[in-house]
Amino acid sequence: MIIESTAPRLQLSGISKSYPSVVANNNVSLTVLPGEIHALLGENGAGKSTLVKIIYGSVKPDEGVVNFNGSPVHIRNPQEARVLGISMVFQHFSLFETLSVAENVWLGLDKRLTLAEVTQRISAKASEYGLDINPGRPVHTLSVGEMQRVEIIRALLTNPKLLILDEPTSVLTPQAVEKLFVVLKKLSSEGCSILYISHKLHEIRELCTACTVLRLGKVTGHCNPQEESNASLSRLMIGAEPPALEHRIVATGDVVLSVQQLTLPRDDQFGVNLEAVSLDVRAGEVVGIAGVSGNGQRELMYVLSGEDTRAEAGMVRLFKQTVGHAVGKLGPIQRRALGVQFVPEERLGRGAVPNLSLAHNLMLTRSNSVGKGGWIRMNDLVKHAEQLITRFKVKASGPHATAKSLSGGNLQKFIMGREIDAAPRLLIVSQPTWGVDVGAAAQIRGAILALRDAGCAVLVVSEELDELFEISDRLHVIANGRLSPSLDRAKATVSLVGEWMSGLWPKAAPVAIEPPVQVGQL
Amino acid sequence: MRLKLEARPQNSTFWSYASPVLALLLTVAIGVLLFIALGKDPVRGLQMFFWEPIRSAYAWGELMVKATPLLLIALGLAICFRSNVWNIGAEGQFIMGALAAGFVALLADKDSSRWILLLIVFAGVLGGMAWASLTALLRDKFNANEILVSLMLVYVADLLLGYMVYGPLKDPNGFNFPQSKTFEAVTQIPRLMQGSRMSIGLLIALALAAGLWVFLFRTRAGFAQQVGGLAPAAARYAGFSSRKALWLAMLCSGGAAGLAGALEVAGPIGQLTLYVPAGYGFAAIIVAFVGRLHPVGMIFSAVLMSMFYIGGELAQSRLGLPKSITGVFQGLLLFNLLACDTLLAYRLVLTRSAGAKAGKTGVAPDLNLQPAGGAK
Repeated sequence: MIIESTAPRLQLSGISKSYPSVVANNNVSLTVLPGEIHALLGENGAGKSTLVKIIYGSVKPDEGVVNFNGSPVHIRNPQEARVLGISMVFQHFSLFETLSVAENVWLGLDKRLTLAEVTQRISAKASEYGLDINPGRPVHTLSVGEMQRVEIIRALLTNPKLLILDEPTSVLTPQAVEKLFVVLKKLSSEGCSILYISHKLHEIRELCTACTVLRLGKVTGHCNPQEESNASLSRLMIGAEPPALEHRIVATGDVVLSVQQLTLPRDDQFGVNLEAVSLDVRAGEVVGIAGVSGNGQRELMYVLSGEDTRAEAGMVRLFKQTVGHAVGKLGPIQRRALGVQFVPEERLGRGAVPNLSLAHNLMLTRSNSVGKGGWIRMNDLVKHAEQLITRFKVKASGPHATAKSLSGGNLQKFIMGREIDAAPRLLIVSQPTWGVDVGAAAQIRGAILALRDAGCAVLVVSEELDELFEISDRLHVIANGRLSPSLDRAKATVSLVGEWMSGLWPKAAPVAIEPPVQVGQL
Repeated sequence: MRLKLEARPQNSTFWSYASPVLALLLTVAIGVLLFIALGKDPVRGLQMFFWEPIRSAYAWGELMVKATPLLLIALGLAICFRSNVWNIGAEGQFIMGALAAGFVALLADKDSSRWILLLIVFAGVLGGMAWASLTALLRDKFNANEILVSLMLVYVADLLLGYMVYGPLKDPNGFNFPQSKTFEAVTQIPRLMQGSRMSIGLLIALALAAGLWVFLFRTRAGFAQQVGGLAPAAARYAGFSSRKALWLAMLCSGGAAGLAGALEVAGPIGQLTLYVPAGYGFAAIIVAFVGRLHPVGMIFSAVLMSMFYIGGELAQSRLGLPKSITGVFQGLLLFNLLACDTLLAYRLVLTRSAGAKAGKTGVAPDLNLQPAGGAK
C-alpha cells in the first residue's frame, strides 16, 4: 500500500455545529497525520462525540471543511465514510446478540461474499493482529472485551486508513487495555491513522503521539501528550486542576450492612448469577467494589436496594442489632425507613423520572413533604427542592425544571444530594461519577467522603479504578457474579486489582473448575 | 424553500394547549371538504355538529346527557393511561355495569324504597370492576397483554348482554323483542330539572373530575401511580408497586365505566336492550387523549365528543347522511390531534435552499444526535 506521506490523512478546519440549545463545535480544527495515533481529549459535553459524528458522516457540520488525504470531501453518511477508508468502533457496541460473530461481521460487509469466506477472513485478520476470536460463537456468549474485539475486526476488514475509537477502554480490565494498545500500535506502524477518544489521561500519555483538547466545543490546545503531565493535560481539558481530596483515617464502627453467602440465580436471560457473595460494611468507612460492568454489580445492587427481594432470609442483614426480621423481604421503602439510601447508576429513568420536575422527583425517595393521608404539601416540596439545588450547587433553572433538562453531572449532583440530605446510616452508590464532568465528579467524591467522616457507612460500585483508589478504605472486586475477599486500599495496586477483575484472586482457586471467567482479555 | 421539522430544546407549553384547538380546526376543515364531496351544504353540515347541539336549553341538556358517561369513563381511563395500563375495554366494563345495575333495577317493584337507587349504582360499579379485574388478573398472573384481553372482553360482554335480553331477562309481555321490561319509576336516576333529561350523574362526574385532580396532583398515591407510567424502573427504585398500580388503575376505570353504565340504563334508557352499548367506552379513549388526560381538559373534550354524537344523529335525520359520520369525525379529531402533537416537541422551520444561515440547516429530528447524551 502506498501512503501519501506529505498530505495529512485527515484535516478539519473551521468546523462548527450548533444544536437548538447548545453550540457543540465552534471553529474546530484538527489534523491527523498518516500512521499517527491522535488523541481527542475532552470532558463530557465538550463536543467530542459531535466532532466524530461529523467525520463519520452521521452529522452534517454547519460550517467548515473536511479534507481526507489532501482533498476536500463531503461525507454524507457512514457508508461514504467507509468507502473513503474511515472506520469507527463505537463505545456502545452495535452487535446482534442472537447472531454469531461471523454473521454480525457479514451484515456490515459486501453482500457478494459468502459466510464461509467471511469466516475465513475473520480468522485471517484475527491471527494477523493476535485478536483471538471464534467466528462461530453467538455474540451473547461473548464477554464485553470479546465483543469489542469483534467490532475491531469488523472495522479492520474494511482496511481502514483512519480508525476512530470512542472510549474503547471503558469496558476493559487493565490487562485487556494493554493488549488493545499492542494491536493499536501495530496498526499505526502499518500506516493506519487512529483517532482515539478518551478522557483517561494516563492512557493518552502512554499511547498517543499527538493530542487535540476540546473544551465547551472549542479547541483549547494541541500537544504531544508524551511530553505533558496529567496535571497539564487536565488543565487544558477542564481549565483548572480538580481540588485534591482530603483523606483522613476514621475509626470504623459497627457493621451496618452484612451480606453472607448471597447466592441468587439471575432473573433475566442476560443477567449474571450471584454466587456466594459476602461482604461487610461498617459505619464510617467507604467500601468500594471494582470490576468491569456486567459482572453482577447490577444484580447485587438490586438485592441491596430492595428492588429484588428474592434473597433468602439471613443472606442480607442491615444494622443487625436493631432489626430482627429478614431484611431480604423488605422493599425499598422499608429499607429507607431504616436509614438506607441508594443512588442507582441509571440517572434518567431510574434515579429520576425524566419528564417530572426536580421537586416531584424528590418524592421518589423522600417523604418530608408528604403529610397525613398521603397529601402532598406543594410549598414544602418546592422549598425542599430549592434547598437541595443551592446546597449541592446544582445548575438548574429551578425546582420546576424537568430532570431531563439537566446535564448528567448536575442531575447526578441532585440525586446524590437528595440521598445525602436524608442523613442515611448506609449510603449505597452505583457509578457515582459515570459520565460526569471532572469538576462535578470531584464535588460528588468530596460529598461521599464528608458523609463517611460523619459516621455513615458507604458502599460504592464503580468501573473507574482511579476513583475507587481515591475514596475507598477497602476494596472488593466482582467478577462473574463472585466477590473477591476484602483488600485494604494501602495494599491495592492497579495490576493486582486488574488481575482480580479476571476472577483470579487467591481464594477463588478451588472453585475455578468452571469455564474461564468471561471478562474481556483483549 | 423547504419546510423542516426542528427539535425544540424542550416541549412547548403553548402548543400543549394550542394543539387540540388546531386539531379541532383541521377536523372542521376536513369536515367541510367531506360535506362538499357528499354533495351537502357544508354550512348546514357544520351547523348540525357545532350549532344545533348548543342552540337551546333543551339541546344543552341533551349534550350533557351524552357528555356524562363520556366524562366518567374518560376519568377512569386517564388513571390507566397515566400509569401505563392500556385498558381499551371500557366499553365492556360499561356493558357489565349496565347489566348488573339493570339486574338490580329489575328486582324493584312498585313498593321498593327510593334507596334502591344506591344499590343500583353500587351494582353498576361492582359489575364494571369485576369485568376489569378479569383483565387485571390475567395481566398480573400470566403477563397477558391487557390491550388484547380488555378489548376481547368487550365482545364477550356484548354477547352476554345479548344472551340476557334474548333469554332470562326478556320482558314476557314484550312481544318477543330482545329487551327487558321497562324499569319501575322508582329506579329512575333523579333529574336535575324539569324538561331536561340531565341527571345528577353530571354532578357525580364533575365531582369525580375534581377528585381525580386531587388524587393525581396532590396525593402521594397518585404520584406513585403516574411514576409507574412515566418510568417503570424509577417506580421500582422508589418502591412503588407495579402490581398495586395495575389493580388500582383497572379497578378505578372499571368502576367508573360501570357507574356510567348504571347511570345510563337507570337514566335515559330505562331498560336493558341490545342498544345499551353506544360506543361510549371507545369514544372515551379519544376524550381522554384530546383532554390531555387532565380532569379539566377532559370535561371540555367530553362535551366536544358529545356534540359529535348529537351532530351525527342530526346529520342522519336531517341531511340523510349515514350515522357513521359520528365515527368519522371522532377518528379525524384523534388523528389530527396526534399529528398536531408533533408540534409539542418540534417546530416547523422554513429553510431556504443550501447555504442558509447556520443552525437551521440539516437538523434532523433525531434527539440522539444531541451532544449532551453523547459519550462519557
